This record gives sequence, structure tokens and C-alpha cells, in this order.
Amino acid sequence: MKSSVITFPGSNCDRDMDVALKKFGFKNKMVWHNDIELPKSDLVVLPGGFSYGDYLRCGSVASKSKIMQSVINFAKSGGMVMGICNGFQILVESGLVPGVLLRNKYLAFICKNVFVKLDNKNNHYFKNLDKDIFEFHIAHNEGNYFCTPEQLKEIEDNNQIAIYYCNNLGKIEEKFNPNGSIKNIAGIFNKEKNVLGMMPHPERMIDNCLSGEDGSLFFKNLINSIK
Amino acid sequence: MRVNEKIAIEHGLKAEEYKKICDLLARTPNITELGIFSAMWNEHCSYKSSRLHLKKLPTKGKKVIQGPGENAGVIDIEDGDAIVFKIESHNHPSFIEPYQGAATGVGGIMRDVFTMGARPIANLNSIHFGSSQHKKTKNLLRGVVHGIGGYGNCMGVPTIGGQTSFDKSYNGNILVNAMTLGLVKKNKIFYSKAAGLNKPVIYVGSKTGRDGIHGASMASASFDEKIEEKKPTVQVGDPFTEKLLLEACLELMAGDSIIAIQDMGAAGLTSSSIEMASKGKLGIEINLDKVPCRETKMTPYEIMLSESQERMLIVLENGKENLAKKIFDKWNLDFAVIGKTTDTKNIELFFNNEQVAKIPVNTLVENSPMYDRKWKKSKLPKKNKIQKKDLKNIKIIDVLKKMLSNPNVCSKKWIWEQYDHTVMGDTIQKPGGDSGVVRIHGTSKAVAAAVDSSAVYCWAHPHTGAKQIVCESWRNLISVGAKPLAITNCLNFGSPEKEENMGEFVECVEGISEAAKYLTFPVVSGNVSFYNQTKEVGIKPTPVIGGVGLIKDYTKMITMNFKNEGNIILVIGKTEGHIDQSLFARIILDEKNGPPPEINLFNEKNNGETILKLIENEYIKSAHDVSLGGILMGISKMCINGDIGIEIKRPNSLLSKFEYFFSEDQGRYIIEIAKSDLKKVTSFLEKNAVHYDEIGTLKGKSINFDEKTIVPIDELRTYNSNWLTDYMG
Repeated sequence: MKSSVITFPGSNCDRDMDVALKKFGFKNKMVWHNDIELPKSDLVVLPGGFSYGDYLRCGSVASKSKIMQSVINFAKSGGMVMGICNGFQILVESGLVPGVLLRNKYLAFICKNVFVKLDNKNNHYFKNLDKDIFEFHIAHNEGNYFCTPEQLKEIEDNNQIAIYYCNNLGKIEEKFNPNGSIKNIAGIFNKEKNVLGMMPHPERMIDNCLSGEDGSLFFKNLINSIK
Repeated sequence: MRVNEKIAIEHGLKAEEYKKICDLLARTPNITELGIFSAMWNEHCSYKSSRLHLKKLPTKGKKVIQGPGENAGVIDIEDGDAIVFKIESHNHPSFIEPYQGAATGVGGIMRDVFTMGARPIANLNSIHFGSSQHKKTKNLLRGVVHGIGGYGNCMGVPTIGGQTSFDKSYNGNILVNAMTLGLVKKNKIFYSKAAGLNKPVIYVGSKTGRDGIHGASMASASFDEKIEEKKPTVQVGDPFTEKLLLEACLELMAGDSIIAIQDMGAAGLTSSSIEMASKGKLGIEINLDKVPCRETKMTPYEIMLSESQERMLIVLENGKENLAKKIFDKWNLDFAVIGKTTDTKNIELFFNNEQVAKIPVNTLVENSPMYDRKWKKSKLPKKNKIQKKDLKNIKIIDVLKKMLSNPNVCSKKWIWEQYDHTVMGDTIQKPGGDSGVVRIHGTSKAVAAAVDSSAVYCWAHPHTGAKQIVCESWRNLISVGAKPLAITNCLNFGSPEKEENMGEFVECVEGISEAAKYLTFPVVSGNVSFYNQTKEVGIKPTPVIGGVGLIKDYTKMITMNFKNEGNIILVIGKTEGHIDQSLFARIILDEKNGPPPEINLFNEKNNGETILKLIENEYIKSAHDVSLGGILMGISKMCINGDIGIEIKRPNSLLSKFEYFFSEDQGRYIIEIAKSDLKKVTSFLEKNAVHYDEIGTLKGKSINFDEKTIVPIDELRTYNSNWLTDYMG
């Protein structure tokens, strides 16, 4: 399986993603934002970081960079595109997934483990996972997902909510919401479910010496379900 | 403008220093030259009050590749790998403008580290604020934490540890000390010594603006009521540009184009160019028209003294200009050939085709002033005698509650959750433990790092207090299973022109030196910050020690959380009942006098080395050093983190329970071992002449004293975790 990780100026989780993808069997290539063409890929990842310093709205400048036209075409033709953290912000800014990401409710960067619940396994990202509640890791300042009531209805009607913030038992309540996201949304799909944007970093959970191993389950499943 | 003594004094120079400049040049300097002298000769850059004493520090050792004098220190961690590290202060700017001050402090220290070719792999910080009751404290704390996070998070370097203290002596002068560790291959370390003639001098990074002019001079003066006017001297940070600069520099460093490289930190283009020339015993010629400027009509004076951030100066091999330019173009950074090395041993500046400065380099460096300032020796205070009646009405549970929620003891999670501590995917011990630990990527090794200060001890007796901090750093590393290798120090003091403050400095340096020598724990880098005082009020003497250690097999790393019920808890090291200057004395007995606990370096070393052997043989399940608040504070934290309780049996001792549980004798650890290993462990301890007390067994979910007092862990956790969150609102 071939994957590509895009490096934008200011990306800083690109190496971590590269390490994780390779660990679980992907042949990964790093792709520079100024390139025009994507290498042949089964999966394209927009990594976390602070692309262009996030000095404008997070992800907005990156969404206009040269490589993004290829990424958008790839996604529109059904290719799998995953955006993590700043990558999620870039997906939102490029219109590949609906909604926006606002500043965290408590106006502070937050770095900690959280639990998330999968809502929909009818997709390549989660299809064979045998549990619903995962311990993932977040590290962001702008992860507060927001959309209009009409958008929300559409998202819900199309089963586009990928993961919710919850507690260790899977309870989805406001008090387990770290950043104020509407409906505790931690990640969403596009309509076709080939594009996934999420705030948590599965690549930081791939080793029992680190924060935990639920990321390993995610990546193992990911490569098997793409095959 | 014609320069005279009055103008020189406005630049922070003394009248006799100005006279010395005129003598050295054999003429009156012009304004640009005066600016350069004032930048090089201020306390911050010249170490004129401290140099004489810093020589006393042990700086060499088997593991030391580079000691003080370069951008950062370098130590050998085997297999061709080396760690570059340093701590630096950004106190004055952070008080004036907390967000930018702290942010650029973090940016500056990371630049020092990657200037040497190392990729930063961990950040730490030591921050000191005024009393929590003081009106400025909350905003300063919030601003500083946001600033540290804002810069470090964007750079993608994990902040793995730190220390936060509150004391009213910092009401008018907070301390923000930032430390960075970087990883480099031993054969790819870059230095700042220029070499060769007619080599191109390259400017890369951000453009030069009018920010931060005289920043280093500001950092070399005391504060007064006009402090708000100094805001323009604070630099503005741009972590995004620094991230690009980091990647571009490392890309260029992968080849063999660089002869010397130096970041533009304090005193900007002035100190970077002069340091490279001075170390290489060369001259340097700069055409200021070529310097990329952010603003129009900048004068030579402004260009030379700007402290705009995210800039580097490089001496390149001839013919490598295009290759280098390509890399910096790729990262969208400015690149300009601004000068060349010469054999004149002068720094020569040109602007609009005119020579605007010509100064012999040695006058700025070797001939800079050095003072043997007067200092006053401090006396060891008399011991207090605790009266039995003082203790009569005190309940242990009330002490626990008060201590765990004390600002200096309480959980700092509110702070470190705002720092990305997991990026780079190698953080195996997060903040909140004795040391932060990161793996050396792709190997079985890990490095541990901790920052410590004990201003209260140093205030009571500088020499003993300073020794204590070195020992505490050593213990914090040992507690996670790391072999201590070397330290960096940030020496924060009041005015060196006051005999008391200068005495505190001298004796602290001597204390650090004594402990570091004994423990073979050399000082490889550091920074001195004087004039931490507002009008006549100085801070408590606050040397901060950053320690670094190596764990050869990271699977053997130890954490402080209790692991399993049924395991036995030992206190290693003898408890003598020293209450003076302890947290107990200060917040329970309201007693602020008396000497700090004594340091027995033999025991310190012996206890530490014995613990390391026990860890190596996998006997220790959890460990924590005994520090602020004594044994019971240590145990409480281990319970809270492990969510396991303990049944405590106080060993037979002549001490009262308060003296036993809350004294702050040094050289002690709390360790957890399996019951089945008890015999082997205790006989090993006896064989090594290490004192130990068996004090309890892990059981349940509460701390249980002699079956009388029972305190649930959840209650302890609430005391510990709520104070800071509630305080910050």
C-alpha cells in the first residue's frame, strides 16, 4: 500500500505520520507542498502542525498551495484523504469536508489524551475495528468544530460524523468535550466517506511506551481495509 | 550626533568605561561604534561581573564534548550521538511583555541549539512569579504560559518538563528560564569560530526591523516606574519563520558548506559577527546596505543593534553561495551575502559607500571590562528549636491539605497541558514526573532532563542552597533511571553592584561548583541574569539547574506512580528531622528563619548510585526523590499518580511524626519494591552502607497512618489538582 504525506511550510507532525505509516506497512512518500503532482497513492495524509504559521485562519493558506489541487482531484475521484489536526483544518478550508474549526472554547492550547467513540464503521477507515471507544491524543488550539444547523442536519443525515469526544465508557456528554465542538464532534467524513478529517492524533498512540496503543489498532486496521 | 560622556551614560556605560573606549580607540567613537560598545560591554553580553567567578565551575569531563563558550554545551551519549543543551533567561522582557518575552526566550534557546547542528528534541522551562495574591501575577502567568506554548508548540518540539514557583520576591521581577535539548551526530557539530580569509558572510532568516533595539542593555539594568516605556525593547517572535529557519539550516548543514554559524540573539548582528571574528582571530567586513531590512531608512546604528528574531549569520565556504541560496529560497527565507572575513582583525562596517565603523575586535571582547566586585559573605543562620507545644494542635490531615494545595506544590497540569508534550512521538515521560524523558529516535536510548531551583534555601544560605539544587537535579534524573551526565545553569540574581547580591552570586557559584565536582556532574553551558530587581528590591537568589541524564535501555525507565498493591515502600537515606526552611516550617509553623538542610555529598552520591544499580537490576517498581514537603508529600504524589493507597507504619525513631514526615533532609528517595525482593534489596542497601526505613505496604485507595488517620486518595487529588485551575479561573 502506498501513502503520501504532504509537508507544508510549518507542518510539524509530518515525520511522526511517516514513522507511523511505515511502522504498519505503508510505503510512504513525503510530498512537498510546491509539487504539482501527487505520486501514485492509496492514501494521502495532511499532517498536523502550523502550516504557514496559521497566521491567517488555520489551514487557509495551505488549502491554496500548489499540491492541494491534486489532492482535491484525488479526493473527488474517490481517493482516500485523511487530515489530522492542522490537516483537518486544511480539509475544512479546502471544502473537502463541511464546517469550520474555531478556537478552543477555553481559549487555550490543549494537549492530552481523550476518549473518542466511532459512529460509523461503514467506511475504509474504521470498517473492521472490533471496538468503538478509543483513547486518542489531542494537541491543538483550534479544534472547536462548528457548522450551521442546515449543515449539521445534512452531516447527520449522511452519517458523516466519524468520531465523538466521550468518556472511557463511551458516554457523549458536554463535560467530556475538550474544546467546545458542536455535538462533541472530533472528526467528520465527506459525504462519500473517502475523506476523513479529525483533531486527534492516532500517530502519537502507536507504542505502549508513549501515551497508549489505540493508534496502532487504527493503523493496522487502516492498511488491511485498504488492501 | 557627536558622542560624549553623557550619551555614553545614556547607553548604560559607566563614565570610566567610556573613557576606556576612547583610550582603546585613541579617538572618540561615532554613535554607531558607541552603540556597538554598549551592546558588547553590557552585563548580559560581557559577563563583566560574573566572569571571574564562573571560572570556578567544573566544565570538563569524560562525556563533555563542548563546555561553556559556544552557543550551547555538548555531551556524548555514545554510538556517535551527542546532546546539545543550554538554559537561558528571558526575565526582563517577560515582565514587560509576558507573551512575547516568554515566546522569544523559547525561540532564542532553540536557535542556540540548532545553530550547533542539532535538531531540538525537548524543551523545558523554569518560571518564577510573585505572590499569588499580587495583582500582576495571574496575567503574567497566563501570558508567559501562552508565550512558551505559542512558540514551542508551533516549532513542533515537545515541552517535557518544567518548574513553576511563586514567591513575593518576584513581584516586581518574574523569572522565565527556557532550556532546550537537541540531538546531533558527534561528527556533525557546528561551531561559531570563523576561519579562512575572504570567506562570504551570509545573513539568513527574517528581515531586520527596529524591534528589540537595546534589548541586551535593558536586560542589564534594574526596573523603575518607567518600565512601560521599555516595551519597544522587547522583541516579537515568529515561530513559523523559526521553524523554516530550523529546517533550512539543518538542510544546509547536511552538506559541507558551513565554516561557522552563529545565531543573532542578544545584541543581534553586533554580537554574532564579533563573536565569530573574535573566535577565529579574524576581521570581518559588513556592507550594511545588503542587510535585508523590514523598515525603510534604517540607520547603521539601528541595523547593528536590532534584536529582530529568527536570524542567523553564517561564514560559508567560497563557491557555495548558490547552493545555500537555493535551500533558503526553498524555505522562503531571506538570504544575503553581506560581507566577508578579513585579516585586519577589525570589524568594519560600510553604509552608502562610506565606512561607518571600524573597531578592533579584541577591544570589544578581550578588552571588555571585567570586575572583581565587592561581595559580602553570608552567615549560616542559627537553628530553630521547635517547641512541642507548637505541634500540639496540628493534625496531619490539615497539613496534607494545606501542603498539597500550596501554589508551589500543587499540580501544574493547567500549565503543561497547554504545551504540546507529545509531538515528535518519543516522549516516554510526560511533565509532572521527576524528569521528562524522550527517546533518541529509532534507538533503545532515552535522555532525561529536569529543571530545579530552591530559592528559599539559597536565600537562607546561598552556598548550601546552591549545592542542594545540583543534588536535587541529580536525584530527579536518578529517580527515572537515568545516569546523570551534565548540567546547564541559569543564574538569576539581583544587582551585582550590591554587596549582598554579589555575595549571594559568588557563594551560589561556589556551592554549585562543589556539588558538581563531587558528583562528576559538570556544567557545560549557562547564562547569568543580574539586575533582577525593581528599584532597591532584588529577588531571592535563584540559580536554576537544568540536568541531563542518559537511560541506555528505555524499557527500564522508572516513573513515580505506585504500581501494585502488596508492594513494600522504603525510604532511602536517613531522616534527621530538619524542619528549618522546610515547607512545613514556612506554611504550618510560619517560621521563616533558620538554615537550609545540610548536604552530605558522600551520602548523596552513594545513595544515588545505589538506587541506579537497583533500577538496573529491575528491583525498583516506582521511585521519587524526597524534596519540598518531605516524605509525606512524596508519598501523597505517588499515591495520587498511581491511584493506589498505602498503609504507613512509622519506623521507630526519636523524631516526632511531624519531623519524620515533613522534614526536608537531603539525599533521600522513596522506592517501591516487590515483597519477594525485600531481603535482596535490603541486604544490597546494607552492603552499600545506605540507610533505609521500611515505612509501609501499598494497599487500598487511601493513606492510612497507624490505623488511626485515613485519608482517601481522591481527596488528596482534589487538594492537589484544584488550586491552580481555580486560581486561573
